[in-house]
Amino acid sequence: MTLTHIAQIAIILLALLAAGLSKPRGFTRHVGEYFALLLLASLGMVILVGADNLLLIFVALELLSVSVYALAAFDKSSPASAEAALKYFLFGGMAAAFTLFGISLVYGVTGEIRLEAIANALAAKPAEPIFYVGLVMTLCGFAFKLAAAPFHWWAPDVYQGAPTPVAAFIASSSKVASFYVLARILFIAFPGARTDWMSIIAALAVISMLLGNVAALVQTSVKRLLAYSAVAHAGYALLALLADPQHAWPALIFYTITYAVTVLGAFTVVAVAEQNGGANMRDLAGLSRRAPVMSFCMLVFMLSLAGIPPLAGFFGKFYVFIAAASAAPRLGLLWLVIVAVAASAISLYYYLQVLKQIYATAPGEKTAPLAPAYFTQAAIVFMACAVVGLGCFPSLLLTRITAALTAHPF
Amino acid sequence: MKLTLLTLIPLVGGVLTLRWGRKAALAASLAALAFVGVLWAMFDSSATGLQFVERASWVPSLGMEYSLGADGLGLLMLALSALLTPFAMAASWKIKDNLYFALTLFVEAGLFGTFTAQNFAHWFIFWELSLIPAFFLIKLWGGPKASRAAFQFFLYTMVGSVTMLAAFIALYASTGVFDFAQLSKSGHPTMLIFLGVFLGFAVKVPLVPFHTWLPDAYAEAPTGTSMLLTGAMSKMGVYGFLRILVPIFPEQLKAAQTPLLWLAAATIVLPAAAAFAQRDLKRIVAYSSINHLGYCMLGIFAATPAAYNGVVLQMFNHGITAAALFYFVGLIEERGGSRDLYHYGGLRQVAPVFCGLMGITVFASVGLPGLNGFVGEFLIYQSALPQAGWPALVSVLGLLLTAIFYLTLLQRVFTGLLPAQWRHWPDLTARERWIAAPAIALMFALGVYPQPLLRLLNLS
Amino acid sequence: MLAWTIYISFAGAALLMCLPEKRPAAARWTALVAALAGLACAVAGWMACRQSPNPGALVDLVNKAWIPEVGVRFHLASDGISVTLALLTGIAAVVGILFSWNIEQRAKEFFALYLALIGGVYGVFLSFDLFLLFVFYEIAIIPKYFLIAIWGSTRREYGAMKLALYSFVGSAMVLVGLIAAYVVAGSQTFDLVELAKYPFPAAFQNWAFLLVFIGFAILAGLWPFHTWAPTGHVAAPTAASMLLAGVVMKLGAYGALRVGMTLFPIGLHTWQNYIATLAVIGIVYGATVALVQKDFKFVIGYSSVSHMGFVLLGMMTLSQIGLSGATLQMFSHGIIAGLLFAVVGRMVYDRAHTRDLGTLQGMNLSKSLPFAAVTFVIAGAASMGLPGFSGFIAELQVLTGAWRAFPTLMMLAALGVIVGVAFTLRAMTKAFFSEDAAARSHFPAITIPERIGALTLVAATLAIGLYPRLLMDVITPSFNSPLMQPLWKGAGR
Repeated sequence: MTLTHIAQIAIILLALLAAGLSKPRGFTRHVGEYFALLLLASLGMVILVGADNLLLIFVALELLSVSVYALAAFDKSSPASAEAALKYFLFGGMAAAFTLFGISLVYGVTGEIRLEAIANALAAKPAEPIFYVGLVMTLCGFAFKLAAAPFHWWAPDVYQGAPTPVAAFIASSSKVASFYVLARILFIAFPGARTDWMSIIAALAVISMLLGNVAALVQTSVKRLLAYSAVAHAGYALLALLADPQHAWPALIFYTITYAVTVLGAFTVVAVAEQNGGANMRDLAGLSRRAPVMSFCMLVFMLSLAGIPPLAGFFGKFYVFIAAASAAPRLGLLWLVIVAVAASAISLYYYLQVLKQIYATAPGEKTAPLAPAYFTQAAIVFMACAVVGLGCFPSLLLTRITAALTAHPF
Repeated sequence: MKLTLLTLIPLVGGVLTLRWGRKAALAASLAALAFVGVLWAMFDSSATGLQFVERASWVPSLGMEYSLGADGLGLLMLALSALLTPFAMAASWKIKDNLYFALTLFVEAGLFGTFTAQNFAHWFIFWELSLIPAFFLIKLWGGPKASRAAFQFFLYTMVGSVTMLAAFIALYASTGVFDFAQLSKSGHPTMLIFLGVFLGFAVKVPLVPFHTWLPDAYAEAPTGTSMLLTGAMSKMGVYGFLRILVPIFPEQLKAAQTPLLWLAAATIVLPAAAAFAQRDLKRIVAYSSINHLGYCMLGIFAATPAAYNGVVLQMFNHGITAAALFYFVGLIEERGGSRDLYHYGGLRQVAPVFCGLMGITVFASVGLPGLNGFVGEFLIYQSALPQAGWPALVSVLGLLLTAIFYLTLLQRVFTGLLPAQWRHWPDLTARERWIAAPAIALMFALGVYPQPLLRLLNLS
Repeated sequence: MLAWTIYISFAGAALLMCLPEKRPAAARWTALVAALAGLACAVAGWMACRQSPNPGALVDLVNKAWIPEVGVRFHLASDGISVTLALLTGIAAVVGILFSWNIEQRAKEFFALYLALIGGVYGVFLSFDLFLLFVFYEIAIIPKYFLIAIWGSTRREYGAMKLALYSFVGSAMVLVGLIAAYVVAGSQTFDLVELAKYPFPAAFQNWAFLLVFIGFAILAGLWPFHTWAPTGHVAAPTAASMLLAGVVMKLGAYGALRVGMTLFPIGLHTWQNYIATLAVIGIVYGATVALVQKDFKFVIGYSSVSHMGFVLLGMMTLSQIGLSGATLQMFSHGIIAGLLFAVVGRMVYDRAHTRDLGTLQGMNLSKSLPFAAVTFVIAGAASMGLPGFSGFIAELQVLTGAWRAFPTLMMLAALGVIVGVAFTLRAMTKAFFSEDAAARSHFPAITIPERIGALTLVAATLAIGLYPRLLMDVITPSFNSPLMQPLWKGAGR
């Protein structure tokens, strides 16, 4: 099994979960189209991670993106949904243009579109300035997809405005796919330009971590909070790209997969809460009385995002930090790790605010117990167990990743 | 085992008192007295060194040992404490709280422990632990300003204790032992360490200028506690000088001799002058206590063996007379409702026995030959004058002042016109006479025949 | 055997979550049984250590591979220091539950969080893999937050968040230091014993030590990072305050000692004097500020800062006697702080509903709550460092060590002791022994669980005060073990 297989399996499972947990009848009549678009997006992701040339990558990326733009608009009764989709489409279109332009410049310089061939071509001749332009433009395009600052502006509106299951889908599996393919491009196609793209990635990481965490501090809508937290987490994940390849891959994959599971679970809880009141912080007050099991799962998800052991989020961050710190030269990137740790410390504040509402605040007028569908509850519990399990026994996933890496190195 | 047993008697007695009341307390204190008598009989006055020695390992890595022993000095102090406690209890019989008597017994346990300990850590426990019962005794059953007095008492003493502790820690750090005997042989302490330990005892004695806590504390405390405070607890300070300071810091004492002698002189003269200006009966006696202990300090700083004998005698005798004085003053306060000197007059006419017995006590305190106060002071001056010169001469002024204020006190209270309200002033009841009797008897006995005590001391 | 303390606590917490909602009695008995079982294991561990021929040696409890990709092992071990602190945790856990016997609202969640916290604490004291230690250290943060935020009193949400954030920032600092150490050592292991052998370069140690030590010391209440402590203690419910001051602050000190000082001895020597100065400032500052407080609980909160200063000072003396004293002070203060908070929080505040010293003065508590008054007198005496109680022996050792290393600081610390006497006396007289003898309030009697809890704590502090060898026999040899050898190099003591 190669790493790509692992990524694809993860993507498919996450997509299935997201699909199973959405209740499109709640916000649209076009149920069939909804699932069709979901499947198309998933198809896009699966191809994306498996593609070995830039053009196919672009096509798959577009398949994914266009499907998701449409999905974001699916709630016709909500103007926020339409606005979100429009913003997403406009931003996304621009980003796609950037990416395409960048790819074409790279083609122009190297004459190749296959990733390994690009690397060989670049190694053969000295680098031209135009190549760097292409590199930067490609990276910016991908940064958009990852919701890395300063290309993240679509994220808060989309996460909040789109129907919650769609937001969950965007937040989870597409992150896995996007990070994976970015890593492939950087490590397979551009290994020689490492010193150049490292500074860009580092800058993106720092801005994402700081901006994401600081902005999340003042949010009152849980979905927007999750959006900014996604920006911050993109920052942490980008750190993994700065490590040496043998550490970078496991760190990145572990981090993105566990993050995706966590955030999918969190969004599902939010969706349930939304159906029974609202998705602002105030609406979550006293949730622990009305839905104790779900609240506990939300506790798991929030703390995992904050990076509290023994949850998966903690080990993910820990592994990323170790990987970054071990990158040659030894401790050279320690300053970046320090920034990341500090940013992570700040984040505890807003995650605790959510949990405070759920556990400590007295409930509002609604005190009836919540009774979500069996499958939803089971799925949430399953995801929480996965987060705890992977946090306590990360080797379960790591051994497979390292085995795949050693068996089929890049 | 015997000394441990001795200390346990008031400790256990105190706990039992909480359940069984004042009579149990009195019984315990009398039992302790009897036991001390037994120890006295068993004591071999011809042997040097400590007797009834008990040693047990406690925390060897820190040099802390459970180490007890008694020599003549220790035995005498034990006797004093054992005598005064039942006296104090009898004087407080009107107080109905069991807690009061239990606390008094705990103080006695603290006294016993302090006077027998031979290792600093062991000694320090009892030194400190006697503070808490004393604090509560003053605070809960004292006069109107008792809270502040108790607070001051505790805090001042603690400052001294902490300084002493710090100094002993420094001593331990350089020698590795806490044992008094070993320290006196091996220690080469510095002046700083000496000052630390000195401060601790100076506050307790008290030496001027560390005495400001005392008048309030003694005046506000209930009668029985005042008796114990002045009779026994103040002697803890002097004992500390003799047991710890003199053996361990002889060079420093010698080096600082002159300023110390002047301090002693100040302690003799200034409180006596202050007593002269007081109107509160209890405060007069309180100041006079400081003055009497000043003679002890003079003797100690003069640093001759004969002076030491005088010091110990003075300690014992002052304990008895001062306690008796507080007892009588307490009786006056009880009958008259006030401690004001000018409130009374001519009581001799209605209470001749009272006047007589109190008069004897006062004269003993002044140091009339034939009564016990004289011997100690005489021995001290006999040795101090040649050694100490000018300070000793100045302190003679104190003797004079003491005589003046005490005679004034007697005159004001007992002679002169009898105000109408006191026409029916009750004389001493039979009970009160019996309570005072042992003290009065001792005043005569020791005044005329101090040999038994001196024999004990000469070899310690 | 000792490792079971951790498992039982977490199992107890999980079990509690499954109990039915409205049965507080079931919750408290379950919790009590779990805590007693944990205490039994801790006592067994302590007895085994005392009887072993070499009490200071490190005894491996569990050592299994866990995450080989990063060289993390599930490694639990104990030496005399761990055993002492585990014993403290056991006692504090049981007594805390006894003092929370009256919690009715959401009892099962309270006790579940409580046991989770205890489990985390046990874990820290027994972990010898740095990753594992860190995991347990962080696990302890979240239950603290909820215990205060849900069941606390004054400004509880603010106090809880402040505590959580300070702890988290401190642990963030530690994390950076640990990652750096791991990378520099390059041996792909997080095992403490292995890493302690690695000769980290001096320049690296100088900043790594500071990062790790300060990171841990924040939780220990090192001045000036102590500000979370008074607010947190006051906001917390009684049992949480008892645990916070009694045990959790010791987590910080233990971490500083076990990780910071053991891994980076050269860095330690560089910063020794500065940290000792900060410690003494904490002693004096804490005591002085306690002297002017109007809120009874704030007095105790600041007194905790002052007492922890002694722990930190003892650690900086780099002498066996100072370090032994610091460890003993950790135990002693844990017991005494527990007792003080129990009286102030549970006995007085729960009944009188006020903590203001002025108001309490009018209530004549010595007559209406005599048990509380006597307990506080004993606790106060112990807190002052009066001999016969555990604090005296601990402070004696710390001051002795301090005299050899920093004579001036030692004298300042002695000054702090005096101020300590003053504030304790002031609080005691104001709260319990008012002048107005006639006024008498009527309060519910002190319950049996409270009495048992108080007596247990009093017995503990008396036992150690009168016979310190109970603990000294396991603590002092631990500082001779091979793990501690690097500390003495260059110290010559």
